Amino acid sequence: MTTEATTGPAAAQGAAQILRPYGDTTGDGMVQLSFTLPMPHSKVAEGAAAQLANKMGMDPALVVHAKAMGPDFTFFVVYGRVNHLIDVSKVEVVERDFPLLTPKEVNAAVKRALRRRLVVVGACIGTDAHTVGIDAIMNIKGFAGEKGLEYYREVKVVNLGAQVSVPQLVARARAEKADAVLVSQVVTQRDAHILNTKEMSAAFREAYPADRRPVLIAGGPRFDEAMAGELGVDRVFARGTTPGEVASYLVDQIVTRRATRKTGV
Amino acid sequence: MTPPRGKLDLDPVTVRKARTLARQAGRPIVTMAKKHTTVSVERATLRLAGLQGADADGIPWVNRLLDAVRGDVGIEHGVAAPVWDALVRGEADDLSTLAQKASAGSVRFRLPEGRDLTRAQAAARKQVGAGVRRVDARRRERERLVKRWGDPKQKPWIYLIVATGDIYEDIPQAQQAAREGADVIAVIRSTGQSLLDYVPEGATREGFAGTYATQENFRLMRAALDESSAELGRYVRLTNYASGLCMPEIAALAGLERLDMMLNDSMYGILFRDINPIRTFVDQRFSRQVHARAGIIINTGEDNYLTTADAVEAAHTVTVSQLLNEYFGKEAGLEDWQLGLGHAFEITPELPDSFRMELAHALLARDLFPNAPLKWMPPTRHMTGDIFRGYLLDGFFNLAGALTGQSILLVGMMTEAVVTPWLSDRDLALQNVRYVMNAAGNLHEDFHPAPDGYIAQRARQVLGESIELLEKILAHEGKHGLLEAIADGTFGLMKRPADAGRGQDGVAKKAPGYFNPATDILEAT
Repeated sequence: MTTEATTGPAAAQGAAQILRPYGDTTGDGMVQLSFTLPMPHSKVAEGAAAQLANKMGMDPALVVHAKAMGPDFTFFVVYGRVNHLIDVSKVEVVERDFPLLTPKEVNAAVKRALRRRLVVVGACIGTDAHTVGIDAIMNIKGFAGEKGLEYYREVKVVNLGAQVSVPQLVARARAEKADAVLVSQVVTQRDAHILNTKEMSAAFREAYPADRRPVLIAGGPRFDEAMAGELGVDRVFARGTTPGEVASYLVDQIVTRRATRKTGV
Repeated sequence: MTPPRGKLDLDPVTVRKARTLARQAGRPIVTMAKKHTTVSVERATLRLAGLQGADADGIPWVNRLLDAVRGDVGIEHGVAAPVWDALVRGEADDLSTLAQKASAGSVRFRLPEGRDLTRAQAAARKQVGAGVRRVDARRRERERLVKRWGDPKQKPWIYLIVATGDIYEDIPQAQQAAREGADVIAVIRSTGQSLLDYVPEGATREGFAGTYATQENFRLMRAALDESSAELGRYVRLTNYASGLCMPEIAALAGLERLDMMLNDSMYGILFRDINPIRTFVDQRFSRQVHARAGIIINTGEDNYLTTADAVEAAHTVTVSQLLNEYFGKEAGLEDWQLGLGHAFEITPELPDSFRMELAHALLARDLFPNAPLKWMPPTRHMTGDIFRGYLLDGFFNLAGALTGQSILLVGMMTEAVVTPWLSDRDLALQNVRYVMNAAGNLHEDFHPAPDGYIAQRARQVLGESIELLEKILAHEGKHGLLEAIADGTFGLMKRPADAGRGQDGVAKKAPGYFNPATDILEAT
């Protein structure tokens, strides 16, 4: 959990704190479920499906549909009542601390605040040759159905690819007047991802005055999002991060915060 | 030849104009492509000559040998002459020994001249020619098997994807999918393979969101589907991807292992993978020549334009890309029946008349390319995780496919963007297809859009916008209008200058006297 993220009970104003699923009557606890069992379709198979539903807490469980899929599998749809109670006051979620924007909103916000394109420089640093992560975020092809940063009209993307040295990265960031620098680290042998990222953030601190330094972001499947401080970067993104989240974060950091800073001065 | 006027009754003069513009845009690219070679084209030539296998680090011998030759004499003369010169000189008994010696640094390559050159060229022609004849034999074998087992009984052909990362998991899944009704099996490649500058070797069991394309994986899967074809009494086709940095080599392997369809788009790598434009066009042309020779149907990637841009605003970019793919394909020797031009059902479902627009776009493709096996791609962008709504959307997608006479239908999954398809997802998706085909498969006979109705007008509008875009591309200064248009972002939203992008260092301008027996044979086809 990052220090900036808020944790705690979800606010459920005006709603009951104790809930059950709703079918067609308050409190009926009805749910639907579908699954496959690796056995041929038969009476026994239907009984097996009902048994699973019972064990999952559905009682009574109604196997409303069973269909053979080839000789070895059967597909089921089950409706039934669960007895569980949900205590909404005990629900815990990690909230994102920046608003999630659509590409259109990102473009509009950048245009409005910067009156130029936002420049993002990205690379895999060190000996890491795994560009899967940086490409998923930066290439227009994108990730998880979301287009990468290249898709954003108002974002200029400079993807340096793999095995970029830290001095190269700093030099290119300066040449491009980067607003943000993204580094991806997949290889974790002997903590290479941590050492490389620390080296990178130190180099940027040395090369730039504190208020001019680009936003530094590290990403990779083995990073913990709480490590930003330790690594010396502004933000860490872990497994499953989508380009839209990165873009939204950048807008929040660069556009919103800059505006705040200006009005503050 | 005048194509029959389709249901939209498009103005033949306008259609001819669109094709002429595509040809004008494409021709300078072909001229440019003919003047260059790439490391992958040269490696494909070595693969056709039979060089296989990899060293202990998994680097293929074709890469080792090519790098050694390149270090000594460069690739601008073609690697064939220096390689077979070394063999004729007796540096090694065969290509694979030569590759091993070369990577150990114990062979020096030279550019042979005079009688040495003649001898090297003759030896190269003989060995590469034998490889091309193996591709020819595989094509005849396919024709024989299709005759024996038959084509699918219905149109469109049903196209299903498997992608476990492990070829030994893929095989039973593919066989099960064929049993459930799939006519075409596509094995999706591992994430990132398109950016590898070598083709991995052997049977692979670890991939990310897909399985590596290797010669051995191709062979294993084709053999498994031959079993299924015999069992089911219809020839089940196999698809893979000739794209990315190694597309010429993968095309050659596909030809050698009797794959039946290959994803092969003229601009996808440039726009969506940031591969150097010249590298892509050179590699493209070679790979399409191989596909033409091997009797492989290509699938183009127009669906990608619609996943990045709005499907209504960008409808004409699909048409332009189809026209360019047709030009590049035919120039490389592909025939109409091999042009699986792509398009997709990606209009925002909330938009009023979205289905009518989908019909207009799909029918436009059908009427423009009446003899091409069009590939109809399902919704992905608007699949949200609401699997129930997704199932309905896929039903409409199937209906649009039936109504507009599409040829290859990629089966949409209601769990798109949620999980890789489960067994039950595939079963439900196929039920959806079967219901629509059974209930409405012949509805196209009754479907004649009104000549001045919404659908016909929308189709004419898209064709008009396509012509405008092609004119804009041609209006670019410089001799390679299309390259410059790509460089300044006319296409899609990406700016891809000709002197940047991945794989650029693997491109060389051909020197006078460039020799490549593979291209010589393929050009003559």
